[in-house]
Amino acid sequence: MRARPIVIIGAGHNGLTCSAYLAKAGQQVTVVEASGQVGGAAVTREFTPGYRVSAGAHLLYMLDKNVRKELSLESAGLSFSQLDMKTVALAEDGNHLVISGESLHGADITDSDQTAMKEYQRFMTRFAAVIGRAHNRIPPRVGTKNRSDLLTMAKTALDIRMLGRDDMREFLRIAGINIYDILQEHFEHPLLKGALALDAVLGTNLGPRSNNSLFTALHRRSGLQGMAMPKGGMGAVSDALATAARKHGASIRTSATVARILMEGDRVTGVELQGGEKISAGTVISSADPKTTFFGLLGARNLEAGFVRKIHNIRMLGTTAKLHLALDGLPAFKGLERGLLGERLLIAADIEYVEHAFNHAKYGEHSSRPVAEITIPSLHDDSLAPAGKHVLSAVVQYAPYQLKKGWSTEKAGFTDLVIDLLEQYAPGIRRQIIHREMLTPVDIEREFRITGGHWHHGELAMDQYLMLRPVPHSAQYLSPVNGLFLCGAGSHPGGGVMGSAGRNAARAVLSVIKAGKRA
Amino acid sequence: MSLFSKNETIKPIDFSSKAHYRTKAFPSPFYSRQEPLNVLKEWGRWADYLSPHAYHCSSMEYFAARNACAVFDLTPMSKYRISGNDALAYLNRLMTRQVGKIKPGRVGYCVWCTDAGQVIDDGTIFHIRAGEYRLCSQERHLDWLLTNTMGFDVSVTEETHQVAALALQGPTSCATLREMGLAGIENMKPFGIAHFSFAGTQLMVSRTGFTGDLGYELWIDPQHAGLLWDRLFAAGSSRGIQPMGDEALAMLRVEAGFIQAGHEFMPAHQTVRTGHTRSPFELGLSWLVDFSKPNFNGRKALLAEQQRGHRYNLVKLDIDGNKPANNSYVFTSRKKLVGTVTSALWSPSAKASIALASLQAPYGKPGEEFLVEIYYQKELKWSRVMATAHVISGVFYAPPRKRLTPPADY
Repeated sequence: MRARPIVIIGAGHNGLTCSAYLAKAGQQVTVVEASGQVGGAAVTREFTPGYRVSAGAHLLYMLDKNVRKELSLESAGLSFSQLDMKTVALAEDGNHLVISGESLHGADITDSDQTAMKEYQRFMTRFAAVIGRAHNRIPPRVGTKNRSDLLTMAKTALDIRMLGRDDMREFLRIAGINIYDILQEHFEHPLLKGALALDAVLGTNLGPRSNNSLFTALHRRSGLQGMAMPKGGMGAVSDALATAARKHGASIRTSATVARILMEGDRVTGVELQGGEKISAGTVISSADPKTTFFGLLGARNLEAGFVRKIHNIRMLGTTAKLHLALDGLPAFKGLERGLLGERLLIAADIEYVEHAFNHAKYGEHSSRPVAEITIPSLHDDSLAPAGKHVLSAVVQYAPYQLKKGWSTEKAGFTDLVIDLLEQYAPGIRRQIIHREMLTPVDIEREFRITGGHWHHGELAMDQYLMLRPVPHSAQYLSPVNGLFLCGAGSHPGGGVMGSAGRNAARAVLSVIKAGKRA
Repeated sequence: MSLFSKNETIKPIDFSSKAHYRTKAFPSPFYSRQEPLNVLKEWGRWADYLSPHAYHCSSMEYFAARNACAVFDLTPMSKYRISGNDALAYLNRLMTRQVGKIKPGRVGYCVWCTDAGQVIDDGTIFHIRAGEYRLCSQERHLDWLLTNTMGFDVSVTEETHQVAALALQGPTSCATLREMGLAGIENMKPFGIAHFSFAGTQLMVSRTGFTGDLGYELWIDPQHAGLLWDRLFAAGSSRGIQPMGDEALAMLRVEAGFIQAGHEFMPAHQTVRTGHTRSPFELGLSWLVDFSKPNFNGRKALLAEQQRGHRYNLVKLDIDGNKPANNSYVFTSRKKLVGTVTSALWSPSAKASIALASLQAPYGKPGEEFLVEIYYQKELKWSRVMATAHVISGVFYAPPRKRLTPPADY
């Protein structure tokens, strides 16, 4: 007997990863993607003729090593134009700080900061490893006596215990608190604190003083790998995943937008595409965010009300915008040597600067002086821009999804403001701009079909993590509806181009299919 | 000193002025009529309203309801208006039963649950006009009802304070209403709804109640509340009409075998401790659970419970002796503790000591014998009896007039 077909909604990196594993396991899988190309928010696309950019995520640092190995992504075409990128904390006066792992250069950094950085890196790496190990586990259900659930809980508890007495105490002390307090405890230099604080809050609706911002810092490091740029942009990761999935027999359809998930009685029977085509399936796996999946595609009325309320209450308001510039030449950052221009450049003058930038977001305004993470990928990859021209890609915060005055009136002004900011660090950059594109969270919502334009498909926080992600009773990649599963960043372990959610989901789906066969 | 003089008009509560924050308890729109009759001054609370425990003597009030007719002020009951294109779909997702079976002009009993299949409350759905419903319940539920609107084209508004209501219960209730001028009232069937014009406004009447007897409930705008009360008591003056408080009503409802929030079950949204709630099955309401509906709140959990088995059985006990078994433990004949009495009384109509009890499954089959531990006090001296009790399958008290149409003319 043939296995009942599986449909996966969305060819983002998690949807593709999930499809590859399921196809590898012999399942008949079809991925349907609304966009004309695969990748979701891990995509390279043209933003003006001749200039291409990673339109969503622009750096790779969390890709699940298991996914990379088990799906042989290198042989499927994944290669890198830059590995182990340094971080440059830009100073307005040109006295920049260069961070490379645990070593610090420039900016008249003191010995005590150098020493503190070694210790900070040591414990943050250890703690991030605890989080990282949990990423490959299907979250346990709380309150069950199921053996694999208990085992998963025991493993995570053991990971924490194995930190040893002192580190375990420190981990438990700081896991729930904010990055501000920790950085103030350890460091002196404003640029260093600003840069480390920015890493903690990038992509979140948190400021350095918000609870959970230490957790987000750990989450971001949990891949335990350096910042990298795939050759061809982030789309190359997705293309390699798609190649691997196809090799294993998955079929991938682009420009196929799912209009709704079909149900009969209390179980799903397939999906209906815009245009009316129906694809029947015994299992539907959605890589869309939980709100899109349950409200947009399934319909709240097909769910029980308590669950609807939980999904409704997921915090997922994006605060992160993306700026793409096509440049007539290389920008000249004050005091920055040419060799460092291709590294990761941060605008976060000090920790208070980051907190002040966040203050605006609390009240429905964009930052008057935003923070930014800037890359110039065309320095490493000449496929992205015509010869002699360049592409600048910047993640800019804070640009809250819910803006009091609305993005339709504020977007142009915000873009000007960000370019003014760049001009302060790289005088003359304004005149080099051939084309500019700003993706506000509203644009991100539209382009990548993510509710609230939130990168992570839901705020990353301890109350929306592990067995609480996206919500309790749906955290094992299951949903309350028979035959419907989740595999996106809205599920454990969350956002960042990892593929772990897709990989874990495939395991969860296979075990349900197996159990169904036994029954 | 009374809050309002007898002739003062009671204005409906004006929420826009926020004046309601200044008082902890609202007088009912019938307060000006209740206050002089309430010679005991035993005011209790029902949600945010003053509600009399008894007016002059709860026993006499009880006997009025069984032998003549008695009036109970229902205004504090939660009332929600549910309408819109998806009203039926909304109710079907909310309730465990098939709401479509309640035709326009009819009333249906219902129960609703959390996702975990635990009872939030029970109540009645009034299908007032096609597609327009009123949900009535003891507890307040606006937040949950609004939560349930997500995904539905439905409007849910609370009208607790906009509708004054009286229950008129007892054998002479029909004749009293006919005397008041409600022509054709005798033709109303149980669970029917009818509309009458009354002093220039509309009076809605349903043949419903909480007494297991012949009875009606009257629904009117609060401005006409006083007049309705006056006309009702004038019409019933030769038929033994009496006001009735909640003590008498509590006796009547146990005799009728009706469950009540806070007694037979803890409303799930007010329950903190796990395992202290009840599913519909555990309250004897399996007839209200319709698994043929593809989705309703609690469906998945209740399906699992059906496979796994229930924790409790709600039973009716006929207890030897005449001591009311309130709050008693229930033991097997071998003294194993298996449950507790949830409501009990000496039933004057059934002439028996009766009780509702929640027993651990599988105990509670009809005919099964238990021991009920009753403590009672005579002039500060406590005594204890272990009274034999039997599970009965029928009802404690159900006079034929309850269902008869037209009812006998008293």
